Parts: sequence; structure tokens; C-alpha cells
Amino acid sequence: MINEAPQETIEASTDRFRIESEHLEMGMNGLKHSMNVVAGIGLGGLALTWSVAACANLVVGVAGPMTGEYASGGEQFRKGAEQAVKDINAAGGLLGQKVDLVVGDDVCDPKQAVSVANSFVNKKVAFVDGHWCSSSTLPASDVYNDAQIPQVTVSTNPKITERGIQGIFRITGRDDQQGQVAGDYIAENFKGKKIAVVDEKTAYGGGLADEIAKELSAKQTPVVLRQSITAGEKDYSGLVSKLKANGVEVLAYGGYYQEVALILRQAAQAGLKLALIGGDTLTNNELVNAAGPEINKVIFTFPPDPRKNAAAAKVVEALRAQKIEPEGYMLYSYAAMQVFADAAKRANSTDYAAVVKQLHNASFSTVVGPVDFDAKGDLKSPGYVVYRWKGNNYEYVNK
Amino acid sequence: MKYGGACTLHRLRTSLTGVDMSQALQQLINGITLGAIYGLIAIGYTMVYGIIGMINFAHGDIYMVSAFIAVTCFTLVASSGISSVVATIAITLVVCIALTSAFGWTVERVGYRPLRGSSRLAPLISSIGISIFLQNAVQITQGARVKSIQPLVTGGVNLIAAEGHHGAYVSYTQILIVAVTVLLMCGFTLFINRTSFGRQQRACEQDQRMMQFLGYNVDRIIALTFMIGAGLAAVAGVMVTLYYGVVDFSIGFQAGIKAFTAAVLGGIGSLPGAMLGGVIIGLIEAFWAAYLSPEYKDVATFVILIVVLMFRPSGLLGRPEVEKV
Repeated sequence: MINEAPQETIEASTDRFRIESEHLEMGMNGLKHSMNVVAGIGLGGLALTWSVAACANLVVGVAGPMTGEYASGGEQFRKGAEQAVKDINAAGGLLGQKVDLVVGDDVCDPKQAVSVANSFVNKKVAFVDGHWCSSSTLPASDVYNDAQIPQVTVSTNPKITERGIQGIFRITGRDDQQGQVAGDYIAENFKGKKIAVVDEKTAYGGGLADEIAKELSAKQTPVVLRQSITAGEKDYSGLVSKLKANGVEVLAYGGYYQEVALILRQAAQAGLKLALIGGDTLTNNELVNAAGPEINKVIFTFPPDPRKNAAAAKVVEALRAQKIEPEGYMLYSYAAMQVFADAAKRANSTDYAAVVKQLHNASFSTVVGPVDFDAKGDLKSPGYVVYRWKGNNYEYVNK
Repeated sequence: MKYGGACTLHRLRTSLTGVDMSQALQQLINGITLGAIYGLIAIGYTMVYGIIGMINFAHGDIYMVSAFIAVTCFTLVASSGISSVVATIAITLVVCIALTSAFGWTVERVGYRPLRGSSRLAPLISSIGISIFLQNAVQITQGARVKSIQPLVTGGVNLIAAEGHHGAYVSYTQILIVAVTVLLMCGFTLFINRTSFGRQQRACEQDQRMMQFLGYNVDRIIALTFMIGAGLAAVAGVMVTLYYGVVDFSIGFQAGIKAFTAAVLGGIGSLPGAMLGGVIIGLIEAFWAAYLSPEYKDVATFVILIVVLMFRPSGLLGRPEVEKV
């Protein structure tokens, strides 16, 4: 009757393809655009010349959940891309062209991701920075592959680079690597404690939890409960009392931060003391607000904090000057743009085959450190580090 | 042999009292709390159905609006320097009930009263429209993200703690929710059965036209019914905000469907039925999630609804429709 997904996208549709143009000749662009429309009605030939003129800029896309549940992750992602494009343009553009950024909002909904991808294809983007959710990246990448558009993502589901798509690259690690690090950490630091592995059945959460469970069994660490839950609910008291009945002390969780906050709060209410270990999405600072004092029980894996890189110092400073804290995925999104710009420069073209060849073979220095892709498009040396939330900040567990 | 048998029996009893019983008791507590919230919302559905024979699909979203008002109110009260928890909850309840009742009245005045006397489907469609309107209005004005408050009532009581590390735990929030609901239900039952408005409302359920002939303002009675339903949903909204601490614009849909199911299960039109249905659904969810699979608890809820309706089409406490001659 009342379908939830389309409503979440109502806001999305209004600003889905807002062109983030930093142009001084904004008015000129607007004129070209309206000329396009006017010309399109009768003067086909004229329209063609005008649109060629309008295409003089190089268009790149950034896609992620700009609205909806995971909007704050998408926001980090968008801001990183915006800053990168700004810096590229400030340095004279790319291959003599000014770069325009289009933003696509997929709300982490696979159907919406495909329509974002289609519209990027129509806009003739040369490169896609995204998507953010694994469940969006998977279907969207097929569209980009058909249209021969290179893509760099931060999605961590292993399947993404396992399907033989040439033009997709991943600038973070994979869930199997992430799960391994989390599993090792649990096995070493929670020896003898009762451990449960729970996930929320999303492409990301389920994948991560499976990998953690696999690593735990490889380390001969017993798991007392393996359980899936439905994401998006409010009442997890059933899960909590199941954990309690099994005497669980450590909860390894594959999923996003909303459910983590609810589970921790409800566990605290039921008098259950838990340590919770999750993946990269728990960097989100909305978790602090939603989990309240329970935040200090959260441990998570994430690539090494790029803010600490010397190579990132200038960008971090520029972002902080605009009162933007470059946390979470922001610098990874920035680095994805850098990698593309660098590859295009080396290839001296934005042609798909040439760029992809460079991406596969060259190594790049970025704000997140040196980036080197293997034949599948994964990082050659991904790193995951274990972090812990402390109040409003997160820090390395082993300092 | 005899000794061994006794030993097994002892072990069995230990496991029953120690593990199973405490988990069962825990889920009983969780289920009743959840059921109380469903019941409070369900009364709004059942009362409106009783009086004008329509399902008010916007009711779940009225509840969602009240949860947002509660979050705003809790935050404002906290920042105004009032530190007493009792005062905070009391102020929030009063503000929330007042504002949400006003919402209920407006919805009825704008969405349903102009359609009175038209086909039965028209107000139903109108209520779906209002539901979508409210959800989107909240999404646009408040943002799509989750809003949360810091835990207000913390702590609780351990019920069976004898067996060591885990027992059944009742948090003070749960006690508060159940206590408020029971008090409200007692007051509400007295209100419907003893006051002149209650009598007018019950008379309206039976024969609106006759009430009009007798000189009663039927529109006013219906408007008040909507306000009372919204007021009860407001209490549910405050309680949920206290209990879970997070709200978003889409919570009304799921809660609304569950509460509507509770109303149907208990017998739509019956007030004790709505409360009973709420508690039953809360318990089914809690026990299913704990003993079978948390993933399938909604499936279980609706399967049980279907089974009950197959054998008792008018619900557990509903009276079968009598053909009026």
C-alpha cells in the first residue's frame, strides 16, 4: 500500500543530478542549456552545435546515498569528490578541460543505483567515483561496464571485483580482508569469551559477518551463536535476550550503524554487557549520537586513518578551513578522483581503454598513500586497522 | 538408576528455572512492553472504525509525528535546565498529547469530514494520502536521518539473578511503559463507560442519524474521537522515544500496520480487543524472535492473524455483524 522506498527518494529526485559547477560562467551555462531546449524544439542542427559547445567540460560523477538512512556516509563521499574536483580545476583542469562534477543519489537502493548509473551514462561522464553501498555498486557497475565508463569504488563486498569487469577498481580493502582482521582481533583479544556473530543480511553485512565467522573457525575460536536479523526495525529485544541467554560477551556484527546503536542501547537496557566489533561503516559519527554512552563499547576495522598521512596534509587543511572534518570516506573519495585524473594524464586521454590500462598498470600517489591495483582491480596491499570509539572520536586500539 | 533419574530431573529443573525460564520471563516482559505500545496505537484504529466505519491509515503517521514532537520536547526541556526526569516526562507527555490531538483534529477536519456521506472508499483513499503527506512533510522538514535522544531513564531490576550471570531484567523504562498504559486504559475505560461523552460516543456508534435527530452534534463527537485516538498515539510516541531512543520519518508505517493488525486480531471496533490484540502481537513477536528466528517474526505475526481470522472472522473479542432489518 504505502511503499517506503519511493518516498525516501522523493527528496532525492529533486537534487539527484544537480550539477556541481564551480563556474564563473554559470549564467552562460544556463543560457546554453535553455538554448538547447529551445533549439531542440525545431532547430535540430543548431541544437547539435550548442550541445557540442556545452560538452567542452569533462564530466565526472560521484554516486552514493546522499539522502536516506545512510546520508551521512554519502555526504562524506560527496565532499571528498567536490574538493578533489575543485583542486583539479584550480590546477588548470584535466587535459586542458575544466572538470564538472555530477552528483548521483542512490539512497543505497539497488534499483535507484541503476537509474543513477543510466543517467550518468546519458550525461556522458568520463569516470564514476562510487558507489558507496556494495548493494548499489554491484548492479550499477554492470551499467558502467556496458557503457565503458571506468569506476573506482569504496564498496567492500568481495564479489564486486570477482566478476571479470575490467573497468572497476576498489580503493579500499575487501570484506574478506576486513573480516580477517576483525576475526584475528577477536581471537587474540577475547580468548575464552563467548562470541556471537550477527548480520543483517545485506550484501555488505552478510559478507562481512561470514568472513569474520570463517576467520574465527580458522583460529579455532568457538562461536556460540550465528544469527541474522532484519535491518530497519526498531525492536531488537528478541536478539538481545537470545544473546543474553547464551551468555554472549562479544558481538561481531556485520551491518550498518543504525542497528548497532539500537542493539547496544537495548542490550544496556536489558543489563547485558557487550563488546561490539564491526566493520568500516561504524566510523560514522552519527553512531555517537544514536548509541549514546554505549559508543565506548564499539570496536571496528577501517583502513589506516588517511588524515595522518603527510601526503594528505594540504587537503586536510583545506577541508578543515571550510569547517569540514575529513573523516571516514572523504579522503578515499578524494583519492579516487586523484587516481582517475592521474591515469587520464598518463594516458593523455579519457578514453576508456587507455584509462583502464593505466589504472591497471601504473602506481599512483594519493592522499590515502600509494595506490596500486592488481589484475582484478583490488588494492595490491590493502591495510585494515582496528579502531575504538572513545567519546566523540575514534582512535587506533593499539597505539 | 533411581539416583541417576533424580539427578537428571534436577538438571532438567535447573535448566528450566535457570536458563529457559529466565529467557521466557525476559521475553514475556519485552513482549508485554511492545504489546502495550501496539495496543495504545490500536485503540485509535478501532475507535475510529467503530464510529465511522473507516480505517484511518494515517493513524500510524500521527504516532510518528508525536514521536518527533517528543524528541523535540525532550531536547528542549533538557536544554532549558530542568533536570528532574519525572518533570521532563510529564511536560513532554502533556505537550505531546496536546499537539498531537490538534493534529488528529486537523486531519479529521481537512481529510475526512468533507468526505462524510460520500462512498466508503473516499475517506480510505484520503487517509492513505494524508499518511503519505505526513511522512513526506516530516522527511522534508526534519530530514531523512535518524533523530535520537540520550537515554533518559536508565537502570532496572533483576528478577531471577540466582543462577549466576543472567536473569530476567526489567528496565525502569519498561515498567514505566506498562504502568502508564495500564493507568491510561483504566481511565479510558471509565471515560467511555461512565461519562456523558462516552455515552454519546457509544450511541453514535450505534446510530448516528438518531443522534442527530436527538440534537447532538455528531461532527463534534467524531472530531473528539479522532483527538482521543491521536492523544493515545501520542502517549505511545513518547513511550517509544523513551524506549528505543531513536525515531525517523518512516516508523509510522510499520507501527501502524502492526497496530492495525492488533485491532483486527482483537476484533475491530472493540476497545478491550485492541489492547488484547496488541499484547498478543507483542508476545508473538517476542517469543518468535527469541526461540525461533528473529528474521521471520513478522511472517509469524501475520500467519497467526490469518489463522485467527479463518476461525473467528470478527476477531477475538469482536461481535459478529448483525444484519440490521
